[in-house]
Amino acid sequence: MTAAPSAAGAVTSWRVRLTSGAAFRMESLFVLAILVVVMATLSPYFLSVSNFLNILLATATIGVLAIGATFVISSAGIDLSVGSVLGFSGVAGCLLMSSWGLPWPLGIIACIGAGAFAGFANGFLITRGQIPPFIVTLGMLGVARGFGLVLTNGLPIYGLPDPILYLGQGRPFGVPTPVIVLIAAAVIAHVVLMHTRFGLYTQVIGDSETAARAMGVRVERQKVYLYTLSGALAGLAGLLFSARVNAGDPTAGLNYELTAVTAAIIGGTNLFGGRGSVIGTIIGALIMGVLQNGLNLLAVPSFYQQMAIGAVLVLAVWLDRVNRSEGRRR
Amino acid sequence: MSLLELKDVYKSFGSIEALRGVTFSVEAGSATALVGDNGAGKSTLMKTITGVHQPDRGMIFFDGARLDTLDPRAIRERGIEMIYQDLALAKMRDVAANIFLGREITRNVLGVKFIDHKRMEIEAGKMIEKLGARVKSVKQVAGLLSGGQQQSVAIARALTFNPKLVIMDEPTAALAVREIEHVLDLIRNLKSQGIAVILISHRLTDVFAVCDRIVVLRQGAVIADDPTVQTSMSAVVSHIVGAA
Repeated sequence: MTAAPSAAGAVTSWRVRLTSGAAFRMESLFVLAILVVVMATLSPYFLSVSNFLNILLATATIGVLAIGATFVISSAGIDLSVGSVLGFSGVAGCLLMSSWGLPWPLGIIACIGAGAFAGFANGFLITRGQIPPFIVTLGMLGVARGFGLVLTNGLPIYGLPDPILYLGQGRPFGVPTPVIVLIAAAVIAHVVLMHTRFGLYTQVIGDSETAARAMGVRVERQKVYLYTLSGALAGLAGLLFSARVNAGDPTAGLNYELTAVTAAIIGGTNLFGGRGSVIGTIIGALIMGVLQNGLNLLAVPSFYQQMAIGAVLVLAVWLDRVNRSEGRRR
Repeated sequence: MSLLELKDVYKSFGSIEALRGVTFSVEAGSATALVGDNGAGKSTLMKTITGVHQPDRGMIFFDGARLDTLDPRAIRERGIEMIYQDLALAKMRDVAANIFLGREITRNVLGVKFIDHKRMEIEAGKMIEKLGARVKSVKQVAGLLSGGQQQSVAIARALTFNPKLVIMDEPTAALAVREIEHVLDLIRNLKSQGIAVILISHRLTDVFAVCDRIVVLRQGAVIADDPTVQTSMSAVVSHIVGAA
């Protein structure tokens, strides 16, 4: 009889790890594996190193956005503006570099800075104006997209300096540079979310804002930081996007917020706040990448792909719901 | 000199006067009951002490220093802890994280402060053990604990940082009879260690069992402030409802 309690203990601690967000959601890894097997069976072109690098490259931009989404959603917020901010930031950086001829390091700062500024504006309006994040960032979705179009007259800006092109198209050790940027961003974000006060407070605000406030967490300040972070990451994604296509395109990142939010939710970040996982989000982004890549290889028209992405988002949230109600029954 | 002194504290929200010149004091090592009907201003008063609200007028002294200009974080650091009625726990975090919420133990690596999960778990475990709370593991998620266990976590959090004053807002409202006894014992225990307690409760039996003074609040003002031995249940009730 002595073995029974310890076995029960092991089960609880594993469950506790899962529910506390210490581990990412295992299901997402299974989904990714199954998806890879299915795609490999359906398309002879799928299983190759070059195609995998393609998937990773396509995932890099979305992945960076999804990391921001992980933080914001963990705090029970939402940032719908990231796709537009990506477009606006890319345009802002490219304007400085190619039209004004400023040196490329300033272009990098301009991209990330423009994104951070848009994010700060979101955070400021949410906390000071006490407007729901959904509305503020939906508004920013329109404003940032429109501003990008105004700045460029709706036309792409071509011609970027070589170091920037290397950031988008270079392959150190055979790995595309954007992929390396994504991995670095993910590692830093994971450590911040799991092992610092910033990450803990982010999740506690999503868990119980009143508890956070009562225990002396500066909730408003933290929220402003979070939206600024999300905007800055959108700026970084804008930089990667522009560098890859060698242009500042004001229509870049259209509907990307949909994919980014979906990646975070599939990865196990709770839509209603309280817990998030960067590792899970990266897996979620890979799922979206494999799905899109596979559908491309199977020559499925892009209109259907849009439908697939939307359906996956709803499905992921529904599964999250089912999981939560099971959690309550325990 | 008293540990906590409130002098003529006023607080309004728009046209509503929540506090109208509250004056009372709390001695170290004593338990003071704060009773009153719903809307009498008890919560507002406590939130004014913990820094969530700033008083419009009047002064609050704690341990000889002005308190009414500080923010909640600074007031916690001075040694005032509050156990909230809703417990104010992060339900998806584990016990250790909740006990150290707002005061995490950190470790400096290359100028970046990382949370020291291991040390927090060890310290939290010690605290839970010291309180005799029945929580199996400090790695358990708070939301999956029973009401009584969650209460223990909230209490452990309040006591971990050597407070001088502990404010308890309806700590027994949601508890079973045995658990209520546990909380009352705890209050006696705190008093014997020289820690002051302010107890907000609707259960007058609890109040009479452990408190040294009973302060009655009605419509934002203190209308009775008597040593427990010099008053009676019926006197307190009539003060609360305003019959006397």
